[in-house]
Amino acid sequence: MAIFADSSTRVVVQGITGRDGSFHSAQMLDYGTKIVAGVTPGKGGQKFEGKIPIFDTVEEAVRQESATASVIYVPAAFAASAICEAADSGIELIVCISEGIPVLDMLRTTRYVSDQGARMIGPNCPGMISPGQAKLGIIPGQISQPGPIGVVSRSGTLTYEVVWALTRKGLGQSSCIGIGGDPVIGTNFIDCLDAFERDPQTEAIVLIGEIGGTDEQNAARHIREHVSKPVVGFVAGRTAPPGRRMGHAGAIISGSQGTAAEKIATFRENGVEVAERPVDVPGLVASALNA
Amino acid sequence: MNIHEYQAKEIFRQHGIPVPPGEVAVTAEEAEKIAAKLGTKVVVKAQVHAGGRGKAGGVKLAATPAEAREAASKILGMQIRGLTVAKVLVTPAEEIEHEAYVGAIVDRSSGSVVLMASPEGGIDIEEVAAKTPELIFKEHVDPRYGLLPHQASRLAHKLYPGDPGRARQAANIVRKLYASMIDAGASLIEINPLITTPSGELRAIDAKINIDDNELSRREEIAALRDIGSEAPAEVEARSRDLTYIKLDGNVGCCVNGAGLAMATMDLVKHYGGEPANFLDIGGSSSPEKVVTALQIIMADPAVRSILFNIFGGITRCDDVANGIVEATRAIELKVPITIRLTGTNEDKAVKILEAAGFSAMTDMDGAVQKAVELAKN
Repeated sequence: MAIFADSSTRVVVQGITGRDGSFHSAQMLDYGTKIVAGVTPGKGGQKFEGKIPIFDTVEEAVRQESATASVIYVPAAFAASAICEAADSGIELIVCISEGIPVLDMLRTTRYVSDQGARMIGPNCPGMISPGQAKLGIIPGQISQPGPIGVVSRSGTLTYEVVWALTRKGLGQSSCIGIGGDPVIGTNFIDCLDAFERDPQTEAIVLIGEIGGTDEQNAARHIREHVSKPVVGFVAGRTAPPGRRMGHAGAIISGSQGTAAEKIATFRENGVEVAERPVDVPGLVASALNA
Repeated sequence: MNIHEYQAKEIFRQHGIPVPPGEVAVTAEEAEKIAAKLGTKVVVKAQVHAGGRGKAGGVKLAATPAEAREAASKILGMQIRGLTVAKVLVTPAEEIEHEAYVGAIVDRSSGSVVLMASPEGGIDIEEVAAKTPELIFKEHVDPRYGLLPHQASRLAHKLYPGDPGRARQAANIVRKLYASMIDAGASLIEINPLITTPSGELRAIDAKINIDDNELSRREEIAALRDIGSEAPAEVEARSRDLTYIKLDGNVGCCVNGAGLAMATMDLVKHYGGEPANFLDIGGSSSPEKVVTALQIIMADPAVRSILFNIFGGITRCDDVANGIVEATRAIELKVPITIRLTGTNEDKAVKILEAAGFSAMTDMDGAVQKAVELAKN
């Protein structure tokens, strides 16, 4: 088991012939991900690395190769459209690595994706890995190993740091999900917590947050009510300066300044242990598992 | 990207939101001339990308052109939250019967634009929201349909109950505010306060717009509003090379790939008793040239006593970073010690490159941070 994607997931890569798309498709293939098709409009009929068929549209990839998941590496200007195309073609899981999509576009896009019954991870994220089974995105495969820990994070390289720390202590992972750092994203902390709660392989969960917004606080309250497995948190940005904030609307709508201190306090109030340093995460996880 | 009040008001004007006249001055003499031309009591307002400028003394009333000149000479050059005021807006002082708040923001939790209004506008609006949330009215905009006319009307009638004249004006303003937001590619837009004049007319006497940076590549006219002179030069230089740099007050210069890891690194510097000199994210696919620029920016800060590189290679290749460090230190003399931690993609190659150039590299983040903090104390 794992969440969202495993060794049976049939993957289409949108933007497979681009610089980032081709590099990371090769890495995903090396890792063992079942890439069944690529899509680049205008390059239909070609093959990637001489074996993976490339189509002009996602619809063809779904019809001919039964793709169920998509990883998107197309430039920002075309990314929202690529997401909608995937959802409209019956793709169930869309992982959007592309960054730089305007937030007003994402408002419509996330609605469209959920209206089609699909799940999107990202955008502006490192993607996900189910160690030993499949990786959809850019998380380096060698830092993870299969095991009982679910990891969900808003960051990229900070996620790698924590996953690598877990792996070095012999704590493998069921799945690691980078949900992305943009204000409007497809899959949030709570979606991942619920999925890890249901996943029989997952025994404990690591949640990595950052300053800004209230997603961590919402997750903390959700954990108290709905998550029975132990959760260990980490929040980056305790020393970030308060900034020269303009405008009041953010504070009015959330009733929060989004500081690390506030997030850490909310986790602790709701029974979630918070690591002081990334390197402290494995120890807290190990003691939670033995408790 | 933040834009100035006078620029935001121009966007309002183009969309038909009533704003008072006014012009920008960069000298006290210009302020005096504008005040004379307006021929009335004026307000001189600092144009600076920082909140709380009124409380910092950046807004002054002036009854005569001579007073406007004096006010401008005090405000121009003033420091507000570390930023120097280079421009003032000179605008008529309005008589105020009532102050309301109207704003809109992209709300993360609902995944929609939320319009907000309160009859208790003014500088203490956040306190109003915290203590009397029933005085904040909201409308969620479904992105599939946009703002529907009845939503604007409902919000306006809550703002001015029993006053159909003002409610009609307010509904119009709410619709135009939403249109301004969408047209400008804003993530936040605010009128605070939206005043009622003694004759019962509504007017926006302050304006704030934050532009979503991701919109700039497709909106040249908005991107052109960026006021580079009002930003820290090092931050401007960093952005031109796709780096994110924010100067802080400490002495440990940090160069990290990824924003989350950069923040975690700063937290660790503090944890081990040091103070970070900056936030610097060199981003994903980093070329050696980017690393050279990053190192130049950090070394230009005279407060820096020690430099720390923390790289977790993924898309970023450690050998690229190593080449950048070697290249940069060939061009500029390194005056302070450098501690390099790198792990991940092409780590082995990087270590060889660095060792050949006489540097040593570490793989442990905590060890590297401790060392950099210690070196900064010498």
